[in-house]
Amino acid sequence: MSNQNSLLGWIDARFPLTKMWNEHLAQYYAPKNFNFWYYFGSLALLVLVLQIVTGIFLTMQYKPDGALAFGSVEYIMRDVDWGWLIRYLHSTGASFFFIVVYLHMFRGMMYGSYQKPRELVWLFGMFIFLALMAEAFMGYLLPWGQMSYWGAQVIISLFGAIPVIGDDITLFIRGDYVISDATLNRFFALHVIAVPIILLALVVMHIIALHEVGSNNPDGIDIKKLKDENGVPLDGIPFHPYYSVKDIVGVAGFLIIFSSVVFFFPEMKGYFLEHANFVPANPFKTPEHIAPVWYFTPFYAILRAVPDKLLGVIAMFAAIVMLFLLPWFDRGKVRSIRYRSGAFKLLLAIFVISFIGLGYLGALPPTVGRTWAARLFTFGYFGYFIALWFISKNENTKPVPERVTS
Amino acid sequence: MKKSVWIFAGLLLPVLSWASGGAIHPNDDIDIDWDDKASMQRGAALFVNYCMGCHSLEYMRYNRMGKDLGISDELLRENLIFTTSKDGEQTKVGEQMKINMDKAYAETAFGTAPPDLTLIARSRGPHWLYNYLRGFYVDETRPFGVNNSVFPNVGMPHVLLGLEGLKKAVTETHKDAEGNEKQVIVGFEKISEGSMSEAEYDQAVKDLVSFLDYVGEPIKQKRKNVGTGVLIFLFIFLILAILLKKEYWKDVH
Repeated sequence: MSNQNSLLGWIDARFPLTKMWNEHLAQYYAPKNFNFWYYFGSLALLVLVLQIVTGIFLTMQYKPDGALAFGSVEYIMRDVDWGWLIRYLHSTGASFFFIVVYLHMFRGMMYGSYQKPRELVWLFGMFIFLALMAEAFMGYLLPWGQMSYWGAQVIISLFGAIPVIGDDITLFIRGDYVISDATLNRFFALHVIAVPIILLALVVMHIIALHEVGSNNPDGIDIKKLKDENGVPLDGIPFHPYYSVKDIVGVAGFLIIFSSVVFFFPEMKGYFLEHANFVPANPFKTPEHIAPVWYFTPFYAILRAVPDKLLGVIAMFAAIVMLFLLPWFDRGKVRSIRYRSGAFKLLLAIFVISFIGLGYLGALPPTVGRTWAARLFTFGYFGYFIALWFISKNENTKPVPERVTS
Repeated sequence: MKKSVWIFAGLLLPVLSWASGGAIHPNDDIDIDWDDKASMQRGAALFVNYCMGCHSLEYMRYNRMGKDLGISDELLRENLIFTTSKDGEQTKVGEQMKINMDKAYAETAFGTAPPDLTLIARSRGPHWLYNYLRGFYVDETRPFGVNNSVFPNVGMPHVLLGLEGLKKAVTETHKDAEGNEKQVIVGFEKISEGSMSEAEYDQAVKDLVSFLDYVGEPIKQKRKNVGTGVLIFLFIFLILAILLKKEYWKDVH
């Protein structure tokens, strides 16, 4: 014990280890009323670590070369000891990253976690989401299957819709006139080095910003208003050990669902690993139906819902910009859905239905009926933000309690 | 844990629904038994005898197949390895199941080079393969005299003709949504016998498709076995985690 103390003392004199431990864990006071929705932050961190660790091992065997990439993935699946497991963990982890992040974002929307003073927490989170989309998009090219190739072809060609400089931008992204070995190599570099570094830096900033202002809670009230004589919030409990042990329960539950997919349905009926991606990339043969992976389909559906290509691209990017601006669209003073008006609840329900509806339609080939449905849902998606701006100004809210409820 | 949880459970709905194709004849289901190694062995024999002249399994090694399906190295060498090196030496058991047909030649002969089939069961699915291999019928307009109801105008000849015999298509006139008349294949009629009965041929195709399903993902069975163990461990871990959390949270009011 004394040994340990003296070692810790030696470190603390040189590095703020104990200070950081206390600030972020042992003396970081989180509201005691976190519910189910508050598991997804720590789970996102878990999936990030999982993706990095499995990614490192995949990189040891994968070959970023147009002639070898597809075969090297099959080599990992067949000849590398436990390579199949590493690969399925990584491919399933990508989909679960988005499931977890979408649920995490929805939690923020429900309980007003983006409202003052947490606007920067939300913005850092949105930049993480953006980096994650870039990471997933570039990672999907690496197996070099038909859907890798043609999916990337479709998405990169979107930039071609930009007037004047569009074609030069697509050329710059691809490094060639078509998707080729050059594209594969640069996407590999960005996927394994550049974007992960940005992602990690953003995650650190997200957490620092959160711990500066403190966590929100399902009641949306400020626990720092009422403190005891030691300055500890009356409704706060130290993150460690209370939430560290609680999050272990979340991790166990998550891993049960995650492992069920990894070991029993790794293709998830073609939604996590698309069937066409088991055919090597062929620049001369376009697949019948090109669908992006499920986590991009809501935005893809918005793109297709707009008849003009350039306007469609603008609408798709605007859909993400709207999310960035959410803290300013919402002019309400009450955070949590528990004490907000029926109009807010209705709007959020419309948003959720629209988002899921768009995701569903984006995975299917378009028909006239589906395109109109996608337009309706696109209207619902954007309508949420616009209507929120109007209704939140003088919202008919319920009284917010002083202390958190159970 | 309220309504909102269930609302968002709906997010998974599009993931769970998987639409399959329309009414193509034949459209029979196949149920692959991964414990039936004998069926996969017969499928392997069919594959090397009938398919491997043109189709490789370039990511599959002979001895991996031997290990998984219970075929010894000697049996592999005697019965399943027909390819040689340029010097005429038999392909070694540790090598991948490649073929000697030249790609340029294959393109001239068939119009398009016969694809590698290692992953065909993962891209097309066993259901498709099972019906495709039973969908050849006489069509004098095609270069090899046969066409396929599942893959119209396919470049492949009916390689299993000697086993199945020849069929001709029975068609009906159907109207599509726009009211155009279309000839639709609704059945087949045998016009010459092969060495197998219809039931025997269906079983042979099932053996072959089972083998290809195995080749597509050799680890599938082990993956599920490992997964069962992992899930049992995780459920015990979940119970311990809940008990630990309860113990700590006793003093939170």
